[in-house]
Amino acid sequence: MTQIVKMKGMNKYFGKLHVLQNIDLTVEQGEVVVIIGASGSGKSTLIRCVNGLEEFESGSVEVDSHPLAPKGGNQKALAEIRKEVGMVFQQFNLFPHLTVRKNIMLAPMKVKDASQVVANATAERLLNRVGIGNQADKYPSQLSGGQQQRVAIARALAMEPRLMLFDEPTSALDPEMIGEVLDVMRELAKEGMTMMVVTHEMGFAREVADRVIYIHEGQIVEEGKPHDVFDNPQNERTQSFLSRVLAH
Amino acid sequence: MEFQFQFDWQAAIDSIPYLAKGIPYTLLISFGGLLIGFVLGIIFGLLSINKNRLLRWPATAYIEIFRGTPILVQVLFIFYGLPDLIGGPIDPLTAGIAAIALNSGAYISEVVRGGVQSIDKGQTEAGLSLGLSRTQTFWSIIWPQAFRRMIPPLGNQAIVSIKDTSLFSVIGVGELVRQGQVYIANTFTAFEVYFVVAIMYLAITLSLSLILRLLERRGVASV
Repeated sequence: MTQIVKMKGMNKYFGKLHVLQNIDLTVEQGEVVVIIGASGSGKSTLIRCVNGLEEFESGSVEVDSHPLAPKGGNQKALAEIRKEVGMVFQQFNLFPHLTVRKNIMLAPMKVKDASQVVANATAERLLNRVGIGNQADKYPSQLSGGQQQRVAIARALAMEPRLMLFDEPTSALDPEMIGEVLDVMRELAKEGMTMMVVTHEMGFAREVADRVIYIHEGQIVEEGKPHDVFDNPQNERTQSFLSRVLAH
Repeated sequence: MEFQFQFDWQAAIDSIPYLAKGIPYTLLISFGGLLIGFVLGIIFGLLSINKNRLLRWPATAYIEIFRGTPILVQVLFIFYGLPDLIGGPIDPLTAGIAAIALNSGAYISEVVRGGVQSIDKGQTEAGLSLGLSRTQTFWSIIWPQAFRRMIPPLGNQAIVSIKDTSLFSVIGVGELVRQGQVYIANTFTAFEVYFVVAIMYLAITLSLSLILRLLERRGVASV
């Protein structure tokens, strides 16, 4: 099996704060890894280190055989990684000055030199896939939150990524729109996309994840199949976290 | 004895053709200067938010110097002072355009900086995460959004600069105020002539406001 992500002894600081401590983590091709933990535990920072939106201070991070260097070194590898890794953000981060269609066409045309015709066909195919084929010529602000997030997923998919990062993709959504976004993610997982997902949706984690990782204060304290982590957590911190989030 | 002032409409109307000769100069100096000022503003505005201190520092120095000194002093310095340095006279029109360019450039730098910094960091992150380079991210994602937000303050600056050209009567450019002064010297109709001069400025600035408002309305629909 190919390892898409390999982290070894990775450390990350925000000033004096040691936000990620000695992280060892691998993600296999086709695997869905869900990262859970309290806010401020470092789970978002962890996935942001995968595509270099955050720099790390020491250790090693390798993504699809491209080695990232600490402190933002190896810009060449970083550029390659970003072409192969898609990311979906909590706040969607769609481009408000472009139509939905143009949002999706931008990266293939700029980064992969795709022709307008090809990029447009890709955009339409992906919009249909995420269920909003009829909204292509609207601007992001004219869509609901759930629709915007589905556009964001389509936009990332347009680059044909080998790995998708999801940074709390449903946390900014109204409750009634969470389902439609999770459905798209579920489909993606079923089709074999390699995914790293930071989320508070424990139901989704239990159902879709191949592996669940619990992070506490910058350390991976528990890792395993959803069934094991959720029903039989070994670490007492995991137990107390789960009892708090699963209680309601 | 009772003093009665009569506004002499005929004198005002008579002055129009002569004063109007100043309008092309006023427009040339303001818009020529503003065009160069806009280029300077983009360059120094972007340098002023560069991570590299060696690039940031000169930009900040330029901005502070030209915002912190009166434009009248700047134009006098350029017209009377610089020739000593370069060993030849500077034509008043050139001096005027240069003063507007350098002065508005400093203010526009701040407009550019504010506009760019007002765009959410998530936009840059989204661009980078899609594989766009920093340069591509900036010009295709950040700049178009920032520019739209810059239109109102740019319009503001344009109006300020148009009015600033009135100071250049002191170096003898035949702009609106200068034309007025020369005309009054012969006719002694100061009230009427300055009234017409004021109306002419107002006509220029109001048309500009109108154009900008239309531009803005067309631009903001999508943001």
